[in-house]
Amino acid sequence: MSTQIPEQEAEAESSAEAEADASAESPQEKRMAKKAESASYRDAQKKAQEEIEAAERAVQLKVFRYDPEVEGKQEPRFDEFHVPFTKGMTVLDALMYARDHYDPSLTFRHSCRQAVCGSDAMFVNGQQRLCCKTQMSELEWPVRVEPLPHQDVVKDLVVDMQHFYDQMHSVEPYFQGDENAPSGEEQKQTRENREKIKMSTRCIWCGACMSSCNIAAGDNEYLGPAAINKAYRFYMDEREDQEELEEHRLRILEQEHGVWRCQTQFSCTEVCPKDIPLTEHIQELKREAVKNNLKFW
Amino acid sequence: MSQSYNRGLVEDFGRWKEFQAGMWAWIFHKFTGWILVGYLFTHIAVLSTAIQGPESYTTTLQSLESIFVVRILEIGLLSTAVFHILNGTRLLLVDLGIGLGSQDKSFYASLVLTGAIVVASVPTFLAGLGGGV
Ligand code: HEM
Ligand code: SF4
Ligand code: FES
Repeated sequence: MSTQIPEQEAEAESSAEAEADASAESPQEKRMAKKAESASYRDAQKKAQEEIEAAERAVQLKVFRYDPEVEGKQEPRFDEFHVPFTKGMTVLDALMYARDHYDPSLTFRHSCRQAVCGSDAMFVNGQQRLCCKTQMSELEWPVRVEPLPHQDVVKDLVVDMQHFYDQMHSVEPYFQGDENAPSGEEQKQTRENREKIKMSTRCIWCGACMSSCNIAAGDNEYLGPAAINKAYRFYMDEREDQEELEEHRLRILEQEHGVWRCQTQFSCTEVCPKDIPLTEHIQELKREAVKNNLKFW
Repeated sequence: MSQSYNRGLVEDFGRWKEFQAGMWAWIFHKFTGWILVGYLFTHIAVLSTAIQGPESYTTTLQSLESIFVVRILEIGLLSTAVFHILNGTRLLLVDLGIGLGSQDKSFYASLVLTGAIVVASVPTFLAGLGGGV
């Protein structure tokens, strides 16, 4: 999925180390380290220039920059980077290229580069997208990259995810099967039931859905699509069959800031990189809540 | 604790160009719903000034209907109501969990159908303007 230049990364790492150690060194060593670092970036930039000339096309990135701790970056701005386009290049690849060749202070989260860890959801060309899963060739150029909307920006493309995690935890996102089941034994699930919850298990906690939701933006206490989907995953799991637990899960969901806040705008479903039918799951839980409260049968 | 930068109103209102079908449907639905409520009050207010007798009712309505702008507003009211009803039906289906996979197509269908009905109604609404029948 991702095609990166490994040496470049090693270089960036070692220069970061050099910087960290600098305090313990003599002034001369400090100057040397600094010189080496800037030299290595000068080389990287020169290399980038050559690669751009060699490449058939270069893509322009417009990247949101902001850092409350650095003077001159406190006023948010967009920086432009020219990156040589290669076939199969993702937005994450392009960001990494820009960081490794132009500006080591460009900050963003990423890890797996294969849509598994959920750390690189960003606002790309006006939509929440997972950068490692978004091909540059599918986007309109120049490509504009911003941090996820409706979350506090910590630095550059990094947002504070704490509130999102709090909402995820508030629905008790863990299996609470039969406590009396003999220990060390599997609690088996039927194939049909597994199929039913299959999509809901795919969430990678990237927060794209929450960021896209207009209701979540206006109501900070709203559980949000991902948390409700998490609750769906356990509520629909037939192995959690104690009546009390079901009631308990429903009570969390039908509270004032639960499923009833959803206005079926479908924005979460549109942006989810794992194609989870979020609106469908929320609607199903609404019907469960109604059925549970109106017992005509 | 890091400080945060508030991206302000731009965050909430500047993104309208980037909306997708479901979001437009939601905005139009709220908008048309409240226009209908507004119309309901105007409607009652205007008619209640014209209930002194059959003549006053007839003259009030005739003078209103002779104004071109009123005819245009009527067309606007029809389109507002038709869209609200069609999209309202779409929302009822969504609530019942029917056809969620084609929610965008059903929104476009509501729009197209509204357009067609409104265009077809124009001759009726403009009939007899300028002293005709
Ligand atoms: C057959 C006719 C109608 C249908 C099928 C219909 C359907 C709906 C539905 C399903 C909703 C809920 C939308 C949601 O889930 O958020 C709604 C909202 C609304 N409707 Fe209607 N409606 C109709 C007529 C009217 C009329 C005549 C009025 C005005 C007098 C009206 C005013 C509103 C308003 C103001 C809202 C928005 C409420 C809010 O802010 O949540 N509707 N309509
Ligand atoms: S539901 Fe989809 S968009 Fe939301 S956090 Fe999970 S993977 Fe991301
Ligand atoms: S880097 Fe792990 S999801 Fe993109």
